[in-house]
Amino acid sequence: MKIAYLNLLLSRASVIRIVLLLAVSACITFAGCHSNEKAGGPAADTAAVSGEYSPALTFAPNVPPARSSAAPKKVIVDIDVIEKVMKLADGVDYTFWTFGGKVPGPFIRVQEGDEVELHLNNNANNKMPHNIDLHAVNGPGGGAEATMTVPGHSSVFRFRALNPGLFVYHCATAPVGMHIANGMYGLILVTPRGGLSYADREFYIMQGEFYTKGKNGEPGLQPFDMDKAIKEQPEYVVFNGSVNSTTGANALQAKVGDRVRIYAGNAGPNLVSSFHVIGQVFDKVYMEGGSQVNQNVATMLIPAGGAEIVEFTCKEPGTYNIVDHSIFRAFNQGALAQLVVTGPADKKLYSGKLADEFYNAPAGDDAGKKDKAAIDPPAPEPSFADRFKDGHTLFESNCSGCHQATGLGLPGSFPPLAKSDFLMSRQDKGVGILLHGINNEPITVNGKHFQGVMPQLSLTDDQIASILTYVRNSWGNKSDAVKASDVKKLRGQ
Amino acid sequence: MKWLTTFFLVACFLAPQKNNGEALPGKLPHARVNSAGMAGIPAGTYHCFLRRKDQPATVKVHAFLLDVNAVTNGEFLEFVKANPGWARSKVSHLFADAGYLKQWAGDYEIGNDKIKNSPVTNVSWFAANAYAKWKGKRLPTLAEWEYAAAAAPKGMAQGARLTRIILAWYDHPNPVDLPRVRSTYQNTYGLYDMHGLIWEWVQDFNSVIIQGDSNSGGTNVSSFTCAAGSLNSANKEDYAAFMRFAFRQGLQARYTIQSLGFRCAKDY
Repeated sequence: MKIAYLNLLLSRASVIRIVLLLAVSACITFAGCHSNEKAGGPAADTAAVSGEYSPALTFAPNVPPARSSAAPKKVIVDIDVIEKVMKLADGVDYTFWTFGGKVPGPFIRVQEGDEVELHLNNNANNKMPHNIDLHAVNGPGGGAEATMTVPGHSSVFRFRALNPGLFVYHCATAPVGMHIANGMYGLILVTPRGGLSYADREFYIMQGEFYTKGKNGEPGLQPFDMDKAIKEQPEYVVFNGSVNSTTGANALQAKVGDRVRIYAGNAGPNLVSSFHVIGQVFDKVYMEGGSQVNQNVATMLIPAGGAEIVEFTCKEPGTYNIVDHSIFRAFNQGALAQLVVTGPADKKLYSGKLADEFYNAPAGDDAGKKDKAAIDPPAPEPSFADRFKDGHTLFESNCSGCHQATGLGLPGSFPPLAKSDFLMSRQDKGVGILLHGINNEPITVNGKHFQGVMPQLSLTDDQIASILTYVRNSWGNKSDAVKASDVKKLRGQ
Repeated sequence: MKWLTTFFLVACFLAPQKNNGEALPGKLPHARVNSAGMAGIPAGTYHCFLRRKDQPATVKVHAFLLDVNAVTNGEFLEFVKANPGWARSKVSHLFADAGYLKQWAGDYEIGNDKIKNSPVTNVSWFAANAYAKWKGKRLPTLAEWEYAAAAAPKGMAQGARLTRIILAWYDHPNPVDLPRVRSTYQNTYGLYDMHGLIWEWVQDFNSVIIQGDSNSGGTNVSSFTCAAGSLNSANKEDYAAFMRFAFRQGLQARYTIQSLGFRCAKDY
């Protein structure tokens, strides 16, 4: 019936009129069976769009604002591909292949039903051909075949954003893994009809690994290492393209009471992320970036080439570390970002540390030893070299997890010990800190502010003396040996 | 997995070479450079990098001559002067896109002395082909070029990998002025700069069979997709070769690219 009608039209009406009528009939069809469509029912919605515009593209951690108009539009997205040397970590450079000159590439925000026209421009100075595969696309290669572009050329293709959700895009030129490993990825958000709920702040975070020839921290321009990539043994696992991209002064900022939404992507190319914000529970997680919402989740998996949307409300002020909870990646490879929440604290919600009292351990081997150490006459003071050697071993097992083997700490989280004015100028040589720990008292180290908890460790006078001898004579620090008797004196006070 | 379908599949270059007298390998002056600046490349076997399962793994390459270095801006200027139809302002855009010779100051003027002896780039396949004809030569085939380029650098330490040299080039951005020819390494055939200076046109650059759009796949799609291609490649880790093949996949004969030049071949 419809076909006959169209044939009739063909014989006597202009092409433009046909298109218009098709559009109208499509609109009617889909308005009538919206739920059907969701259930994977009838055809794709290719109703005519009204008007065109070029959306703002933002770089991480910023997210472009939602569009006010709900009607599907033609959306023109223009992305330049640039190969360039940028910083991967302090003193470490890398030749990144980028969408838009940064890693990750721009955040693209469109609406369900939009017709997206993507222009991919491969800079003439580039050496490589590139393309783009957007996981939001229904069509071969996700656009990769349509956008295969050699240097000095531009490609254009169009697609309909049929499925709402958060999707990864990446370059899919051979060898694909290398193009992703070099930084060619980003996120595209297709907001559902009706939009997303209100959020005070929205952030864009994307994880990716880097496989450098040199080991983590080895300075200079580092080439890509395919052997490590094949073995899935990265030197760096970072958020937003470099170590410390989103910490300290660049940390995400929010206020108590803010409803925060994070668009979190994982480029891989190999690793799956255990995404976690330390000290926050996600009220909502859009699993795998799709329409299924999970609630009350603390750690979520983001597959390589996948993304998730999380929402939570900031209830307490403080610094919240955002990590890949495959935790060595956070402490040793760079997978750490920060969210700083400011505002009034609510002690009913979170008290902070209320007490720190002596714990009389039940009888046992360990307790016995402890008492013995305290009661026995002190052993003869060992040589500086022995103290230093023992101290090194003890430092590695007790301290380096936070302060790092380099003594540099982690900016924003754990203060440095190397050339630390805070440590080296103390009259007690640091003994008090090791005896009692630090309980959220604000301190200033080399001009930087830190506030956090250093636990009280179960260490003997002798062990504390050795650790401090090592710390106070490493990484440029210099002073006398710390004696067990120095510690004993202070412990008694 | 969408990217799988973006892969190309290479049909090994199988077209028989026109050969003026089948030269015997024994008679060939191995790695000798003649007065025309061409090196004799002995006959041998090219191991296809990618192929379909129904194709042979190797292709015989007949003995041929190959320019010792890429054609320079200076040499190409002589060609343009002798063939004004190939001047920048005269060339049809069917045969060269808008970037043609854009590094030059004018139709018959390079302008920048520093690049006179650098490889000519921003030349289309049509222009490169015309130059070769004018010289009484031709462009090398894909199999010939890959075969000649696989030779190790002279004096390369045993165990060192040519791939590393190639990748070092990818790892650094392009210099402002392209370095002069013969500025990288010479291989055992006497050829300079086969890797590490520019990409090079080959006669049959489009003999790679591209896994095209959904209309072209037909029922054979699965055997032509990336995974299949990857399994059939001679060396999965030879990603330098993947990049050359990917680069050629993106080309059209009228394209001009800042890092793409050529050198000429000749039958024995």
